[in-house]
Amino acid sequence: MSSETKQILTTDGIPLEVSLKKAERRNKIKAFLLVAPLLFFLIITYVFPIGDMLMRSVDDKMVTNMLPKTFKAMETWDGQELPDEEVFEAFYLDFRQLVDNKQEGKLSTQLNYTKNGFKSIIKKLRRKSKNFEEGNYKEQIMAVHKRWADVEYWKAIKRRAPAYTGQKYLKGMDMYKNESGEIVSVEKDRRIHRVLWLRTLEIAFFVTVFCFLMAYPIAHLLATLPMKYSNLLMICVLLPFWTSLLVRTASWMILLQQQGVVNDFFVMIGLVADDARPEMMFNKTGSYVAMTQILLPFMVLPLYSVMKTISPSLMRAGKSLGGTPFIAFWKVYFPLTIPGIGAGCLLVFILAIGYYITPALVGGASGTLISNQIAYHMKSTLDWSFASAMGLMLLSGVLVIYWIYNKIVGIDNIKLG
Amino acid sequence: MALKKDFVKFDKVDKSYDGKILVVKDLQLDIEEGEFVTMLGPSGSGKTTCLMMLAGFETPTNGEIYLDGNAISSIPPHKRGIGMVFQNYALFPHMTVYENLAFPLRVRKIPKDEADKKIDKALSMVSLQGFAQRMPGQLSGGQQQRVAVARSLVFDPQLVLMDEPLGALDKNLRESMQYEIKHIHESIGVTVVYVTHDQSEALTMSNRIAVFNDGKVQQLSSPDELYEKPVNSFVAEFIGENNTFVGEVSDISGGKCKVKLANAEILANPISVKRKGEKTTVSLRPERALINPSEKMDNIHKGKIEEVIYHGDHTRVRINLLGNSEFILKVPNSSSNLDIKLGNEIKIGWNSDDARALDPK
Repeated sequence: MSSETKQILTTDGIPLEVSLKKAERRNKIKAFLLVAPLLFFLIITYVFPIGDMLMRSVDDKMVTNMLPKTFKAMETWDGQELPDEEVFEAFYLDFRQLVDNKQEGKLSTQLNYTKNGFKSIIKKLRRKSKNFEEGNYKEQIMAVHKRWADVEYWKAIKRRAPAYTGQKYLKGMDMYKNESGEIVSVEKDRRIHRVLWLRTLEIAFFVTVFCFLMAYPIAHLLATLPMKYSNLLMICVLLPFWTSLLVRTASWMILLQQQGVVNDFFVMIGLVADDARPEMMFNKTGSYVAMTQILLPFMVLPLYSVMKTISPSLMRAGKSLGGTPFIAFWKVYFPLTIPGIGAGCLLVFILAIGYYITPALVGGASGTLISNQIAYHMKSTLDWSFASAMGLMLLSGVLVIYWIYNKIVGIDNIKLG
Repeated sequence: MALKKDFVKFDKVDKSYDGKILVVKDLQLDIEEGEFVTMLGPSGSGKTTCLMMLAGFETPTNGEIYLDGNAISSIPPHKRGIGMVFQNYALFPHMTVYENLAFPLRVRKIPKDEADKKIDKALSMVSLQGFAQRMPGQLSGGQQQRVAVARSLVFDPQLVLMDEPLGALDKNLRESMQYEIKHIHESIGVTVVYVTHDQSEALTMSNRIAVFNDGKVQQLSSPDELYEKPVNSFVAEFIGENNTFVGEVSDISGGKCKVKLANAEILANPISVKRKGEKTTVSLRPERALINPSEKMDNIHKGKIEEVIYHGDHTRVRINLLGNSEFILKVPNSSSNLDIKLGNEIKIGWNSDDARALDPK
């Protein structure tokens, strides 16, 4: 029919679509203005920092900027034999510039990251280069130290030519690029990050499981109790929420320490001997206990909001049709709570994976997570690019979990309240 | 096969939730096998509580309920084998229609091919063949209702309970579903206990109706008897339309009594009055009073027309009669020659047999 393609006009003869857009434009502008402050805020506080973090984590311009002439000259070098005089001359000119600006220390630190042994030969070169004569820099530099005549060191310099690098990411996974450009793992006893990643996943997983096991009955009770009791219980659930995180963590420290309340109680009831009090803090146990308690409300609330919507008559129907209470629960009630379980578990897992303060305070050496490592590099070693790289790895890990969850359960099947 | 007279038996059942108020008082009720019994009453009258006790979701505070001769108070709901249709259908939203119907069969470990036959049969009974793979959310209210009915019947229970199953449907659908449920009941002969607060629903569907009020069964009888011969003024008021006169018995003799009103006297049928001087409420159905009555009727009075409302097939006329300004008459529209006009004085008459002198309100 032609009427389908024909433009529909309003009574005034304006095309309907145009008229509709005009009528709705005002509302659209209003809606946008309402969300604009938040959007602006998010761009400044979220999108920019993440972008900056991404840049920082791959940024390797420092050496690139310090040796511009060298890298230019190296473009034609095949990287097999020692480079030509041209490269040595460029390197000498760059180096003089650095020495004049007192920047050669930074260069030696950076190059030493790439290959051990640069520190001393750069120091030596700085001393000797003051007396260099013009011309034939190759000979003069090679005479400073025998390592300057070693092609491996020149290869190491060339590896720093690109302005961007993924080496911080490799380092985050305890891997590095060796001289021949292969990606290999570091020696076994130096693999600290993989242990931390696995531990982070493990603690987050078990905290999620513990939270789920504890929150499910509470949420069910909350959803089925009469109003006056459920309100009271709800306040009990939310009370920790209104208490400072530090206060809660500190109180766990009081409870869990070896001379603490819990241990005293165990000794009192004769569960453990006084001289064999178990360590429940500054290890994984501490992280488990404190994080489970702190993250519990994040599991209870989504579960509760889903359970609240399940009509009690469904369980009754299940029973009246011949299902035992367990079957009625398992086949009828439980499947209907899955959106809440998904939301709660996702929330708790993602929060736990990036948890910082609690593991830092009660986790000790064996209970710290990757976030503590990130903070360490931010504050102590000042290796911000490495901290950024690990932060981004954490972020992409969360996104992967989110993606997996979406594939398995479906993200529309999530209910936060 | 002799049908049991007391297939379901409530024996002196009391129920209280808080230990202070009795929601059900001394309930005594026998339900015959294959019968369709409706519990009818206003909300809060205890009818749903009775149903829940029968289903096993509430325990009687006192007394015992028998099903087919066995005391069932200590049997949990899932072992009672009673089908139930809930107020909001209670279909499992995460299962297809087929899975919903298969649920009671699966828990009974009925083999799949036999179960499939039963499900087909149940679906065809409610004319929903071809809907097996739909989700409940994709069905209309009436279709969901029918699935709920099919699910309650699919495992061949001897007893089916229905808790206001048609409450959420619109009027036309409700009426057609009433007939459908009635026909299903007739065709498979299952015993049905039905709870509703809608009297027309109860009158249409039931073999017998138990009218509940205040935790007690006020009257248990067939629909026609309930309508024609209410035993007390609550039933008379609750079922159908009703004209009442409040007065005092001034004479009682020969199956008739005279009731003295504020400024007149009428003849009535003494149902729950025994002697002179008792206070009484006389109840008269609107259709039993006639305009321009024949001289044979023993109550003939004059009244003034106060309101005329056209209802299509009949006209409702409100008359001020013997001090009762709410007296309603239903006049069939075939008798349009009558002189029904606002403000007219007309003669109205009825037989004293139809005017039932009941307990005072």
